[in-house]
Amino acid sequence: MDVLSWLLPESFSTFGRDIDRLYYVILWITGVVFVLTEGLLVWILVRYRHREGRRAAHIHGHRTLEMVWTTVTGVIVLGLAVASTGVWHHVKRDVPAGAMEVIVTAKQYEWNVTYPGPDGLLGTDDDFTRRNALDVPDARPVLVHLRSEDVIHSFFLPELRVKQDALPGKSIRVWFEATRPGTYVIGCAELCGLGHYRMQGQLTVHAAADYQDWMQAALAEADQ
Amino acid sequence: MSTSEAAVQAHLHEHGGHDHEEPFLRKYIFCTDHKMIARQFLFMSLFFLLVGGLLAAMMRWQLGFPSQPMPGAGGFPDTMAPGGIVLPEFYNSLVTMHGTIMIFFAIMPLLVGLFGNLLIPLQIGAPDMAFPRLNMASFWIAVPAGLLMLSSFFVEGGAAGAGWTSYAPLSASGEWTGVYLGQQLWLVSLIVLGFSSLAGAVNYITTIISMRAPGMTWFRLPLSTWALFITAILVLLAIPILTGALIMLLFDQTIGTGFFRPEVGGEPILWQHLFWFFGHPEVYILILPAMGITSDVLANRARKPIFGYHAMVLAIIAIAFLGWIVWGHHMFQSGMNPLLGTSFMISTMAIAVPSAIKTFNWLGTLWHGDIHLDVPMLHALSFVSMFIIGGLSGIFMANTPVDMYIHDTYFIVAHIHYVLFGGSLFAIFAGITFWFPKMFGRMMHEGVGKVHFVLTFILYNIVFFPMHNLGLRGMMRRLYDPTQYEYLQPLQPMNEFISIAAFGLVTVQFLFAGNFVWSLFRGRTAGPNPWKSNTLEWSVPSPPPHGNFDGMPVVYRGPYEYSHPDAAEDYWPQNQPPPPEVGPGPEVALSPAPEGVGP
Repeated sequence: MDVLSWLLPESFSTFGRDIDRLYYVILWITGVVFVLTEGLLVWILVRYRHREGRRAAHIHGHRTLEMVWTTVTGVIVLGLAVASTGVWHHVKRDVPAGAMEVIVTAKQYEWNVTYPGPDGLLGTDDDFTRRNALDVPDARPVLVHLRSEDVIHSFFLPELRVKQDALPGKSIRVWFEATRPGTYVIGCAELCGLGHYRMQGQLTVHAAADYQDWMQAALAEADQ
Repeated sequence: MSTSEAAVQAHLHEHGGHDHEEPFLRKYIFCTDHKMIARQFLFMSLFFLLVGGLLAAMMRWQLGFPSQPMPGAGGFPDTMAPGGIVLPEFYNSLVTMHGTIMIFFAIMPLLVGLFGNLLIPLQIGAPDMAFPRLNMASFWIAVPAGLLMLSSFFVEGGAAGAGWTSYAPLSASGEWTGVYLGQQLWLVSLIVLGFSSLAGAVNYITTIISMRAPGMTWFRLPLSTWALFITAILVLLAIPILTGALIMLLFDQTIGTGFFRPEVGGEPILWQHLFWFFGHPEVYILILPAMGITSDVLANRARKPIFGYHAMVLAIIAIAFLGWIVWGHHMFQSGMNPLLGTSFMISTMAIAVPSAIKTFNWLGTLWHGDIHLDVPMLHALSFVSMFIIGGLSGIFMANTPVDMYIHDTYFIVAHIHYVLFGGSLFAIFAGITFWFPKMFGRMMHEGVGKVHFVLTFILYNIVFFPMHNLGLRGMMRRLYDPTQYEYLQPLQPMNEFISIAAFGLVTVQFLFAGNFVWSLFRGRTAGPNPWKSNTLEWSVPSPPPHGNFDGMPVVYRGPYEYSHPDAAEDYWPQNQPPPPEVGPGPEVALSPAPEGVGP
């Protein structure tokens, strides 16, 4: 059944595949450990189950064995942590140059997106705002200035592997680069009140060549 | 005579070491006997466990059958579920109160209140706690806290609805949720409960340090007492942080301060730092005693010494220490500096090491054992196997990039239930069925116990294992109606299936309740030591008399000398004098043995 799959749904952002790769590495490691330890447990239970006349061995431990499993575990998990720092800094810290910038302002229970308009600059007269609709070009980094007007929300693009809380009183930089035109969901992942479940927007990724046309049309619509 | 011996002697004198008749009120209600207080915590927590389970069942109804009327629930007030249809604001109250009640009023008082009170004096050979009246107060402070929490359902605006984590500013002002008084009652209840926890913690720490029987060295303590000792230290240090944060939030709610409200210069993320600086040690408060109980039951039912006893003790201490420097892993997506995320990822991963030590040592304890698969053992074994799953799923979320996707999804719901239900609650079942004869003098029914175990184990896994997969499909937690999202609609048959299994899981708990009540009156008489155990609580009658021990017990060896080649039986009680030709005489043994002597 597809619902019970341990494979991730396809991702549509540049760093999505890096995140997914880390997930599969962890899935393999934990999967092997899971099968070995649970298998060993079941085998021990069968092999050493109570029988008349059986007497347990009087063993207090095994120094070498304990040293080995402590060291191996330590090396694996710390190695995993160190190997993940590159991806983490890439997605949360290092915003690529030349990104298109928008402001996403969350409030109970909607996402308001402020676009820079044709001049490409935020904070100028041709800025305009659309509700629950984030439209971006594909194959270009998008930098979102994420804000909130009231409580904490969480900006969640599941298909692009993006999640970032929106905090009132702060502007947080989130970036992504979509890899394929299409429509994707914007969800709220942080409980924000009784309408939390319906705080939903749509991300539309346009082919880069069509994006300026969309911008002109949206601007004309906003002016009316 | 050392101070500790003086304290014990004073106690023996006070209690006379014998049972004496007390008036009803002093014996059953305002009682200072640690065993009665343990039983009071047991009954209170089982009641709240039932309440928490019923709240979960209502949540599962809404998730499985969104906005359909709950069967037989037409009488619900219109502010909660008009015509039996759960309202979004009531759903948020259910989410919040299920988590709060299970963590603070069920699991925590069962592990710390019940087992701490029952086991510590008995296992260290003390007549009672160091401060019996403070001990009584700790229970009677918890009761009004629980009543305040329950009463919040019935006030205007309903119960708190900002999640058990109550993130500000959602929780800091009623204007965001419509819940004013309910949220304040939630805060006051937890502030009051904190004093109960502190009173218990001070008592446990003092008792274990100063009232151990002669010969009961630190490394002869049973692991459940070790775990409870370290847990008490965590409680003592963590609860004041929570209480401080709760008071700040209460001020924001009621007198207009702005600690967490940005519109008046406050900082929402400060609440998260304070809450999780308490909250992560709290997670270990909820798991360390469960590990101790599991260790005791495994060694006893496998008739084998604990594998790597010293490593087990050090692992408990290491987990408790590391527990203080990992709180940021709850906040990877909160807007905290990404560099902090990196350091919290590394410290969190480091916790896998002591956790793995514990797991491997449990397997080592079973290896070459003589394994008796009775009810306490089955629950303890399922603690081990479920803790493995909960531990491994934690690695996914400790990994900051992967967490970016699965944070706040059903993956975390699955993880926390593998740790707190698969882990803590199975260990609680192991502990209750194992020590039931010591508490009540009777055995629980073995057959019904096995049926309850098998059904619980299967249904539990059916309910919670697929939640990992729902999380991987991107299903968010705390979602009133997942079908509102088109991409989550294909998951609905699975949500419905999980809900039906969850109703079954709640229902089969009545087997346990029935067995419990039946065994109280009709269970087979237990005798002092039905499990042929080594530890001191099994050397006294079941239930033990007021003052516990007839005179001062003397300890000659560690708690896990099962199947020792020098002992005729496959167990060797800690207080059984060694044969005269190999051991020291009783005059020598009366003074505590130096540290490090004996296993």
